[in-house]
Amino acid sequence: MAKLKINNIEMEVPEGTTVLEAARKSGIYIPALCQHPKLTPFGGCRLCLVEIKGMPRPVTSCTTPVSEGMDVVTTSPTIERLRRTVLELILSDHPSDCMVCEQAGACSLQELAYEYGIRENRFGGERRRYPKRDGNPFIERDLEKCIMCGRCVKICDEVQGVEAIDFGYRGFDAKICTPFEKDLSCEFCGQCVAVCPTGALTGKLWTKKGRQMGVKEVDSTCPYCGTGCTITYHVKDNEIIRVTSGDDTPNEGLLCVKGRFAYKYVSSPDRLRVPLIKRDGQFVEATWDEALGLVAENIQKAKAGHGPDSIAGLSSARCTNEENYAFQKLIRAGIGTNNVDHCARL
Amino acid sequence: MEQNEENKKKVVVRVCIGTGGLAAGGKEVIQAFKKAITDFCVDLDLDFTCHYQKVGCRGFCARDVLVDVVDGGTSVTYQKIKPDMAKRIVQEHLIEGKPVAEWLIDDAYYAFHDKQHKILLKDCGTIDPEDIQAYINAGGYEGIRKILAGMTPDQVIDEIKTSGIRGRGGAGFPTGVKWDACRKAEGETKYIVCNADEGDPGAFMDRSIIEGNPHAVIEGMMIAAYAIGSNLGYVYIRAEYPSAVERLKLAMTQARETGHLGNNLFGSGFSFDLRVKLGAGAFVCGEETALIASIEGQRGMPRAKPPFPVHRGLWGKPTVINNVETLANIPNIIRKGSAWYASIGTEKSKGTKVFALTGKVKNTGLIEVPMGIRLGEIIYDIGGGIEGGREFKAVQTGGPSGGCIPASLLDTPVDFESLAKVGSIVGSGGMVVLDETDCMVNIAKFFLEFTRAESCGKCVPCRIGTKRLLEILERITKGEGKPGDIELLEEMSADIKLASLCGLGQTAPNPVLSTIKYFRHEYEAHINEKRCPAAVCRDLLTYSVLTEFCKGCGACIRACPAGAVTGEKKKPHVIDSSVCIKCGACFDACKFKAIKKE
Repeated sequence: MAKLKINNIEMEVPEGTTVLEAARKSGIYIPALCQHPKLTPFGGCRLCLVEIKGMPRPVTSCTTPVSEGMDVVTTSPTIERLRRTVLELILSDHPSDCMVCEQAGACSLQELAYEYGIRENRFGGERRRYPKRDGNPFIERDLEKCIMCGRCVKICDEVQGVEAIDFGYRGFDAKICTPFEKDLSCEFCGQCVAVCPTGALTGKLWTKKGRQMGVKEVDSTCPYCGTGCTITYHVKDNEIIRVTSGDDTPNEGLLCVKGRFAYKYVSSPDRLRVPLIKRDGQFVEATWDEALGLVAENIQKAKAGHGPDSIAGLSSARCTNEENYAFQKLIRAGIGTNNVDHCARL
Repeated sequence: MEQNEENKKKVVVRVCIGTGGLAAGGKEVIQAFKKAITDFCVDLDLDFTCHYQKVGCRGFCARDVLVDVVDGGTSVTYQKIKPDMAKRIVQEHLIEGKPVAEWLIDDAYYAFHDKQHKILLKDCGTIDPEDIQAYINAGGYEGIRKILAGMTPDQVIDEIKTSGIRGRGGAGFPTGVKWDACRKAEGETKYIVCNADEGDPGAFMDRSIIEGNPHAVIEGMMIAAYAIGSNLGYVYIRAEYPSAVERLKLAMTQARETGHLGNNLFGSGFSFDLRVKLGAGAFVCGEETALIASIEGQRGMPRAKPPFPVHRGLWGKPTVINNVETLANIPNIIRKGSAWYASIGTEKSKGTKVFALTGKVKNTGLIEVPMGIRLGEIIYDIGGGIEGGREFKAVQTGGPSGGCIPASLLDTPVDFESLAKVGSIVGSGGMVVLDETDCMVNIAKFFLEFTRAESCGKCVPCRIGTKRLLEILERITKGEGKPGDIELLEEMSADIKLASLCGLGQTAPNPVLSTIKYFRHEYEAHINEKRCPAAVCRDLLTYSVLTEFCKGCGACIRACPAGAVTGEKKKPHVIDSSVCIKCGACFDACKFKAIKKE
């Protein structure tokens, strides 16, 4: 444990904690764009600069580990001036199109510009121009909005282990790109989209479906596999327009391509909306009462004729725990057999 | 025949094959001498033993190819030798015994060397870099033998600390302190890395040292390795230095073959070997954490310090990274003692420093001077003053991270503290002399173009800040500067210096700040009067004909690609400034200096 002072507040944190983590633990706010709790520190955005007594120049709190007796100041006229300059520099190379940006309202850069009240910018000049050309159906990459925080690169490498993207080129021309600048061709988990602080990475399916206004967030469980990730459906006018996942979920906010992007089936016109019963070789629409009655009747018939062990129940790993619990209860207690299993064993 | 051997005339021809020497035709000169001597021997039935010695850079590159001819005990040096001159030298000097006086080095050559203090470059110009024996004959590998025979690592570190040597790569960190920190760092595996990623425009001392005396660097690394407790070193060298790489690899091979690299060296139990890693030409890889990333196979991008490489460096192990020049000094310090080294230089900056003297001085080349020498002595005594009798304006030291020092500060001693005090740095040792025909805004722009392009792009102030600085400088030089631009440059520069991640961004604004500090009037002339005082910035120039000098020869009319010059024969011509594209072709074409550029 190390004792230190941040803004004259004394605290004790474990060795190895960064100054930024220590500050946040004590509810002290330090702005940052490239830092992400799941990723190793980067130190690129320079917004989390702080002054530490005895150090000759401001240092990034995200990369600096605490040490015993440290005396940190997180805000001062110099620090605020530097943060403002950094923000103005980022914004001087960023499209001013928040009006039409998908990320508006959920954009960290927009939020900081709001916080620092940056309406006028001292710096003008050339902006990076990149064509949009990705052929994939999931991830929209708008590199002009990229602030080079490196979060996408790091989550792809450090968490997903895929390394589909990296930094390319130098200086002002530096950008995040795929090998040989080919179209993105990865597993499209969208982890990069989830950690992007700006509108540089968004879901293609989300385009023009709605941003924040009139959008309801509904927590649910992903129906795709047995992992059962907790997801949040963003719903507008009774349509799912986006899927996200919070950091406080069992899956720590991580999703795969199916959970994040494959939600359109919910409103597919091809989906079954009513039960069908096969009569004379043809499926005929029926009511739930009819359908469930038929199933119950047949089960009872089999049980009466051949005993309960002649019946087996096969459930799905895609069902929730609660659904599977109810199902085995039905088979064991209701029908009276232990012949119950589910598809994940196959 | 045996008896005749002793009566044979013994001749040594020593030719510079540093990069400057090679470019000037060093190899062809050797061939020409070989052919001339053989031809004469056959024709006149003479019998010479002639030894052709290739040596590294001798510093005075402006006079290449430099050739020493040693006949018996006397050695004379010829300058600016071309292959076709070999025949006459052989005939008159070696056969007739009269050196060719008009091709010999002159007073300027001696003046160039008078105030120098050559330690590192001394061997560079005398020993054959492709022969380990030449290095050994000159006292090479005695340093490592001495410490293996009876010095503990702590004693070695004490010796280096006492010598006062500081890193020659730019920042001037005390070498002994760095070694000590690494020695004390926890961990069994440690590395010594030689930073040979010399990237400053105009600097070529590290290249010349490796090309001219690679074994000194290897021995320096061995000593460092012994002191910190390492058995493996890496030389990170740019791939753009092919002859340096070749000679380094040859030196390593010879060292391995002769038991100077490998296991259990000289029976001491100490083992050490080297690996070479080629850099791919990124300036930022000279920054030590970026260099480490590059060796590890990652993108060359700096990371925040601490942890410092002495605690967590290459592959996460404690690592010392020293510059080529620093390491090449080490064997001498061990051999001759720390007191000897500490006797050279100033109180806080010990020893000598190699500078690449370029620009508008008469004598350009590689010089080695004691720390503390005045800037003026370098420029006027060693450099011979400004070419063409023009007026000195400034000297730019330290490359893209350095600053411009004006004439009023030529008394400044050249050492780490003094140069920093006047807004520049020693840096890796670039020294570009500027005269009245250089525009200081343009110079700042040149260096910013470099840093903008070489920024790795990781941190915002450097990636976007250098771009914005450059854009403002560009508009000033185009005559589109606005009131307030100078102040904006100053504000931004201060913030970029404070907020950037690594040394590149932290020093990139120095050329801007120092030129504003000392040459603010030039910025003001560009912005307020739309005028470039040095007549360099093309968009601000006007060309006109000085009627009193114009002979009406028509050369300018023929040269002008835009048809802007008109006039009758033998009558003064006229330039239509609305058509003129300011290319300067008329100015160059006029033999009568009748075109005025302002």
